[in-house]
Amino acid sequence: MAKTPGRAVFEFLDERFLLSDIITFGRKKMVPEHRQSFWYFFGGICLFLTGIQVATGLLLLLYYTPHVDFAHESVQFIMSQVKFGWLIRSVHSWTANILIGVIFVHMFSTFFLKAYRKPRELTWMTGFFLLVMFMAFGFSGYLLPWNELSYFATRVGTDIAGSLPLIGKWLKTVILGGPDVSQATLSRFFWFHVALLPLAALAFIGLHVLLVQTLGMSKPVGVREKREIPFFPDFLLKDAVGWTLILVLVGVLCVFLPWEVGPKADPFAPTPLGIKPEWYFTFMFTTLKIVPPHILGVEGEMLAILGFLAGGLLWLLVPFLDRRAARDERSPVFTWAGLAVALYIIVMTVLTYTVPKL
Amino acid sequence: MKRRNFVNLFLGGSLLATVAAFLYPVVRYLLPAKQASAAQQKVTAAKVGELPPNSAKSFRFGSSVAVLVNTAEGQLVALSAVCTHLTCTVRFESDTATLFCPCHNGRFDLGGNVLSGPPPAPLETYRVEVAGEDIVVSRKS
Amino acid sequence: MPMKKPFSRLVAAAALFAPLVVFGQKNSCLECHDQLEDELKAPVTAFKGDIHGQFNLSCVDCHGGNPAEDDVDRAKDRTFKGAPKRTQVPQFCGGCHSDGAYMRRYNPGLRVDQLDQFWTSRHGQLLKGGDSKAAVCTDCHGVHGIQTAKFPKSTTFPWNIPQTCARCHADAEYMKGYKIPTDQIAEYQQSVHAQALLVKKDLSAPACNDCHGNHGAFPPEVSSVASVCRQCHLSAGELFARSPHKKAFDELGAGECEACHGNHKILKPSTAMIGTDDPAVCAQCHEQGSRGFAAAAEIRTALDGFEGAFQDVEGLLALAEQKGVEVSDAKFKLLDVTTILVGVKNLTHGLDVAEIRKSVGEGETALAGVRAAGEKALEEARFRRQGLVVATVCLAFLAVALALKVRQMSRQRKST
Repeated sequence: MAKTPGRAVFEFLDERFLLSDIITFGRKKMVPEHRQSFWYFFGGICLFLTGIQVATGLLLLLYYTPHVDFAHESVQFIMSQVKFGWLIRSVHSWTANILIGVIFVHMFSTFFLKAYRKPRELTWMTGFFLLVMFMAFGFSGYLLPWNELSYFATRVGTDIAGSLPLIGKWLKTVILGGPDVSQATLSRFFWFHVALLPLAALAFIGLHVLLVQTLGMSKPVGVREKREIPFFPDFLLKDAVGWTLILVLVGVLCVFLPWEVGPKADPFAPTPLGIKPEWYFTFMFTTLKIVPPHILGVEGEMLAILGFLAGGLLWLLVPFLDRRAARDERSPVFTWAGLAVALYIIVMTVLTYTVPKL
Repeated sequence: MKRRNFVNLFLGGSLLATVAAFLYPVVRYLLPAKQASAAQQKVTAAKVGELPPNSAKSFRFGSSVAVLVNTAEGQLVALSAVCTHLTCTVRFESDTATLFCPCHNGRFDLGGNVLSGPPPAPLETYRVEVAGEDIVVSRKS
Repeated sequence: MPMKKPFSRLVAAAALFAPLVVFGQKNSCLECHDQLEDELKAPVTAFKGDIHGQFNLSCVDCHGGNPAEDDVDRAKDRTFKGAPKRTQVPQFCGGCHSDGAYMRRYNPGLRVDQLDQFWTSRHGQLLKGGDSKAAVCTDCHGVHGIQTAKFPKSTTFPWNIPQTCARCHADAEYMKGYKIPTDQIAEYQQSVHAQALLVKKDLSAPACNDCHGNHGAFPPEVSSVASVCRQCHLSAGELFARSPHKKAFDELGAGECEACHGNHKILKPSTAMIGTDDPAVCAQCHEQGSRGFAAAAEIRTALDGFEGAFQDVEGLLALAEQKGVEVSDAKFKLLDVTTILVGVKNLTHGLDVAEIRKSVGEGETALAGVRAAGEKALEEARFRRQGLVVATVCLAFLAVALALKVRQMSRQRKST
């Protein structure tokens, strides 16, 4: 019985990396199958899309220059001169938005399925930090092309950070690297986007995935279904079908709606009318716009910002607050609260784009 | 057996095709393009000695037109050639040593200042440096 | 009739100064009239914003009288001049405004020839002939609330001038008997000049006074229309001046630029103005078979060809851009062609067919380069769509293959 070349390679690696042991461990991992198990795919989709971002980001890094005199020009160059530059850049921009959307879906699905309950509290918390990190990825990346929209969106966004009580001014200066959006800001945001955040995200993704692998998939409260399928390769193959379909979507978007370069940022130009941050920030942005100027003598905007911070903290600590879920009991109060939050985010986001002069 | 082999073959084949379809653009992307790098804010407008005194040459600067003038005294100046009235392209007039806009008679001196006519603002001036054989124009700020 | 140096003014000044020492700057004119109504109160209200007031000139400086006196009869002393009659307004204002030495004290840069100019104007001539309906200083500048022409709300600020002239010139009732049209302002408002001045607020665009003159307002003579227009449109004027049309139009009494472009309702010109078919005007003078007729047809053909090609390429770039391809480089090169196109259209004033053809040739050469870039861009758009199809097909196969594999595996597990 001659060994196939594949077998020979495997045995070579196995002796050195102890692959067989890893494979045996991997085969043990099972994924429950029930009516809601469709939601399990979203975690893998997040990971897949992150992989695309890393790959396309790495490629963009080859031609991008993070200096105010060259940033816009280098993006223009990528879009017009570099072979398939338009594709790499458009994939990066579109996937960024899709990824953040999928993260929200993943977060809310795990919330409603109460997957955060004991012993998965840390999975939830690392996940929430990852959401914040990816929104920071979006915010920092948005400035890098140095076009009109990105310059002013950054200004507006950091102005909001600057209005926090006590630490606001200091925080804004630290984020911007100075009093205004300038070269210092571009360098800083570039550093956030390609160094600091990727390392932090890698660490937290590592923790998050490790926890998922160690603890297995959570089953919703009250599900008695015992059916399971192996993670490797069955679940993964199913996940891969989803990934393939998403790739088709991204491809269509990039060919028919390539991301625009826009006019170069001019700090002396007046702020364009109707300037907004990217869609995933708009629910907070619109809240600040419609909140009344004063509530019980306190500045309305500040109260709203503090409200968001407090809300975020509560959201982070949900696994510890939801006692009933921790006892594997139904907790409708938290379900309703989650629905209210989801509805609020959706309504505020839609309002931003449908109501004129907001 | 045959069925299983077919499925594996189909999977392997389509995976290979997909990978190839993705690898092709990435490889093309990585190979350097003909134009070495992005349009720069430093432009070689002309070669030393190319312009006789009291003459000018227009060239592309960023996304608009600029003009390089070699004055009668042999000094090199570069300015935006976009008239500040209605964006027509100004041209150098050697007998008056001014920049003239043919659309509505706007006239600028070689410092960019408006001498007469409708333009409401001066022309932006650029920095000129001689680097060996090249006359390089860049933004001032 | 030059104004005699107002000796009475010295008396008024003396009468004014004496009480000033004791009572401060008393102005009984303003005080009294402020308590009256309607037309008698109006001057007080208006004077608050008057430029003469800003130079500490007041009622007495124009009307005489004694502002220190509260009693109306004593205030209206011998020096009191009252309101001048319409026909005497020019001399009234000119009394100060034509006096160089006097005006120097207030504004050394201000001209002092307005009155002289006024007598050369149509308004001045009519007035001299006894027609009091003609415009005098106050009709345009206002009476008591006079503001400098540099102030945007002034009746004589460039973008307010059409309205100021329209007060008479657009009033058909008022203008009855003068045998000139009353639709000039309405026509002007449809013009590119009005669009520039009144809408875009471009102060370099002409209002009535830029072509007709300010104080010496008069319609330009036929042979000087081109001189008026070329104040701004220099190259068109120069080309016209060296063309065969200059002599011909002047002899015919046709108003040079006006013959084709109109005088008040000057619209954006188009190539349709040249040629042998309506609405071109060439055929009005040039009969079929004549040299002029042939030239007109030739010029039009050349222009249309070039402009048509330009619009084609513009459309090509727009299409490529809409399909997602970056065309900023090509658009930049198109700017050069735009400059040539504008230049070619201007060259038509010179009527030199050879010159026009040469310029069109240059333009079409430049355009060819842009067209090539545009077509390359469209090709790129096609390539991208083709690539998408290939990638989607591969991915579709992959998705199917994965699904089959999953099904196979789950069947296998069930059977084992």
